Amino acid sequence: MNLLKTDNITMQFGGLTAVKDFNLELNKGEIVALIGPNGAGKTTAFNMITGVYTPTKGKVLFNEKSIVDGKEDYKEKDITGLRPDQITGLGIARTFQNIRLFKDLSVLDNVLIANHLRIKSNILEAILKLPGYKREEKQMIEKTMNLLEKVGLADLQDEKSSSLPYGKQRRLEIARALATNPTILLLDEPAAGMNPKETDDLTSFIKQIRDEFDLTVFMIEHHMQVVMGISKRIYVMEYGITIAQGSPYEIQNNQRVIEAYLGVDEDA
Amino acid sequence: MTLEMFLQHLSNGISLGSLYALIAIGYTMVYGILRLINFAHGDIFMMAVYFSFFGVVTFGMPWYVSFVVAIALTGVLGITVETLAYRPIREAPRISILISSIGASYLLENLAIVIYGGRPKTFPQIAMFTDMVQIGNIHIQKLTFLIPIVTVVLLIALMYLVNKTKSGMAMRAVSKDIETARIMGIDVNKTISFTFGIGSLLAAVGGIMWGLKFPSILPLMGVMPGIKCFIAAVIGGIGNIQGAVVGGFILGIGEILLVAFLPELSGYRDAFAFILLIVILLFRPTGIMGEKISEKV
Amino acid sequence: MKRNTILTIAAIIALCIFVYIADSTFDSYILRILNLCAIYTVLGLSMNLINGFTGLFSLGHAGFMAVGAYTTALLTMPLATKEMNFFLVPLISPLNKIVLPFLPSLLIAGLLSAFVAFLIGAPVLRLKGDYLAIATLGFSEIIRVVFTNTQNITNGALGLKGIPATTNLWWSYGTALVTIFVLVSLINSSYGRAFKAIREDEIAAESMGVSLFKHKVLSFMIGAFFAGVGGGLLGNLIGAVDPLMFRFFLTYNILLIIVLGGMGSITGSIISAFVITIAQEVLRFLDEPMFPGIPALPGLRMVVFSILLMVVVLFFRNGLMGTREFSWDKLIGLFSKKPLAKGGNK
Repeated sequence: MNLLKTDNITMQFGGLTAVKDFNLELNKGEIVALIGPNGAGKTTAFNMITGVYTPTKGKVLFNEKSIVDGKEDYKEKDITGLRPDQITGLGIARTFQNIRLFKDLSVLDNVLIANHLRIKSNILEAILKLPGYKREEKQMIEKTMNLLEKVGLADLQDEKSSSLPYGKQRRLEIARALATNPTILLLDEPAAGMNPKETDDLTSFIKQIRDEFDLTVFMIEHHMQVVMGISKRIYVMEYGITIAQGSPYEIQNNQRVIEAYLGVDEDA
Repeated sequence: MTLEMFLQHLSNGISLGSLYALIAIGYTMVYGILRLINFAHGDIFMMAVYFSFFGVVTFGMPWYVSFVVAIALTGVLGITVETLAYRPIREAPRISILISSIGASYLLENLAIVIYGGRPKTFPQIAMFTDMVQIGNIHIQKLTFLIPIVTVVLLIALMYLVNKTKSGMAMRAVSKDIETARIMGIDVNKTISFTFGIGSLLAAVGGIMWGLKFPSILPLMGVMPGIKCFIAAVIGGIGNIQGAVVGGFILGIGEILLVAFLPELSGYRDAFAFILLIVILLFRPTGIMGEKISEKV
Repeated sequence: MKRNTILTIAAIIALCIFVYIADSTFDSYILRILNLCAIYTVLGLSMNLINGFTGLFSLGHAGFMAVGAYTTALLTMPLATKEMNFFLVPLISPLNKIVLPFLPSLLIAGLLSAFVAFLIGAPVLRLKGDYLAIATLGFSEIIRVVFTNTQNITNGALGLKGIPATTNLWWSYGTALVTIFVLVSLINSSYGRAFKAIREDEIAAESMGVSLFKHKVLSFMIGAFFAGVGGGLLGNLIGAVDPLMFRFFLTYNILLIIVLGGMGSITGSIISAFVITIAQEVLRFLDEPMFPGIPALPGLRMVVFSILLMVVVLFFRNGLMGTREFSWDKLIGLFSKKPLAKGGNK
């Protein structure tokens, strides 16, 4: 069933149209990829969905889950133009193309912060270390340690995040996003800069977390082995326009796509 | 208020606006290139005033010599500040650069207090400029006409420099993209020093005219004009030279007219600039003539 | 009880004993310096919360201190002194009838400063970096200009004299302790982590669910609260306040303290506050005539401090402590290292 939908979202910066009429559909449990040449507008599309940019035109619609009379109920919510922290609060988390970890903070703190948005105690209660707050803090730490163990970073918890090797930094960023309890995870070039072995590990990792955390994944990627390996559907963007969408097989055989992109790619 | 009084106020406003414009240009050029507020700029302006004062009063130079020497010295001072306080930490986190900028200002102010003493001095009054002329019923200082004329001349020269010379092109290139400019073979360090020099020269001319118009000089005299002129640059659109001029005039004329029409609020004249700043930053943060700089995420 | 808690309590008791002895035996000059050390600790910590931990470049501290100092002064001043001060224009009601004890006055001063911070923060905290610096500097100056012009509340440019000297070592060190504990607790809490995240990378913090505006305002208000309290302590120590005391110079002085100590370190600010305050006294001789025949150079002392600020920011960017903090474990660790050759542990 559909979790997220964008309705002809367009992003214009002054005279430049970065993305035009992007229509995305994300269904529960899918892994969907967005590919295209550099500068095609892919990260801009991400930014429109996550609230970093407000689309010049169009809407972003999220099917929000709520419990009504003990039953799951989904209601469509227009999330266009909401702030990033609000969108994350609804359950849409992301990672960044250029890894934006909190460099000076420890691995543990990086992920702990992603728990903050769900905190119920106010700042006074936190300062006074009231029992309600202490309980929440304990839960957050437990949850974070579990998450770190699952991604294999638990032994590095006190290390400064910027001291981690590149591959582990990427994994930490994903762990951090997972800590916000998302239903949808947006990954911006998660395999960037990785060698084939690391890319393999990452591919299994994404499938694993999708299953374990009941996620829907939308990712931007250039590494075709990741894209073709695990995506159910692929969107192809060039100069902001969606030139094709379909299954990996369809995309691999699409003439327009081959001309624009796959034709010059050595990974395919 | 009579027409004559209004014209008098208006001409004072234009004069003040010209002075603000000259100083604001320095802020906007430096911000355009380095994306940083040169907190020391107001103090460099102050130094120019004192240099010319000492030239005439202590060294007995004729005013035209003293002024030229002072302007040149101030240019050198501006370049020195850049070399010592900004260049070494260009790659550092923003907060460090900001603190260095403040530190440079702080140091210049404290040096001025020690060297020049805290008591106000009187800037030499040069008859050719400070005499009054009479037009109809109004008495206006010759200076009040001279200041805008000098400003316009300097502006034309500056626009020529920026748009029609190689150095100017280098300045524009560096303000757009430092790395690309460097790759294209532009000597970035020299261009940045040049920018600081030009800005300081303009501030020096402004300072000398300021001293002639408001002869009481103090070590901290650059602080308020400094802040106000940065605000003027922001109002006009930071990074944009014409914007700085527009901002300077808006601020100068506005300030004088505020005091003219609402004399009971004259104690708040300094607050006027800040209120304008808050308004602009809330409603049109890129300024009147500015362009939007968006951060790539 | 944990060992660390016992050590902390022991340290506090030691401090109390020290304060008791000092208060009754030291001469007034030394007492004043000790008081100033504690007050600048409070001021340094309050600015460090905003600038160092949350990464907001605020230059408005002098303004908050002014609000705190004037509020405390006006609330604690006996009615007769008020009459003497406000001889030009009488003080407005009900201030001219109220006298409050020190503690509630300080608290009200802090709360009022926090409220002013909220009013200023709402428009200004959306600005980035340099703009925030200028805007907060501007507001600080506006506060000063307003104080200079509201004769019937602040006595304008004349300022207030004869403020009761209620600040003593107990008040100043007590406040410093409270400030330290509150800040340590805050920084180590989830909210403190959110502040640090904002400092490290705003965009990432926001994308991880941290509401930027709400947290920036919180940090700003808490910092302002302690700045106001610090200002109140200062006013009631010196005995007089006037608008010129609260120029940007004051903000720069505190900036020097937190830069020297390390902008992300509570320990650093405490050490630095003491070092700078004592150094300012010790170096006073620089302002006096030093060599026969060469006249005094008043202000040389401040030149030395400005050079110090430049040296630290250019060559020792992280200050004394960087982002490191004191802990009992680290201190004990220093003393129990036995060299391997002598059979010590690794």
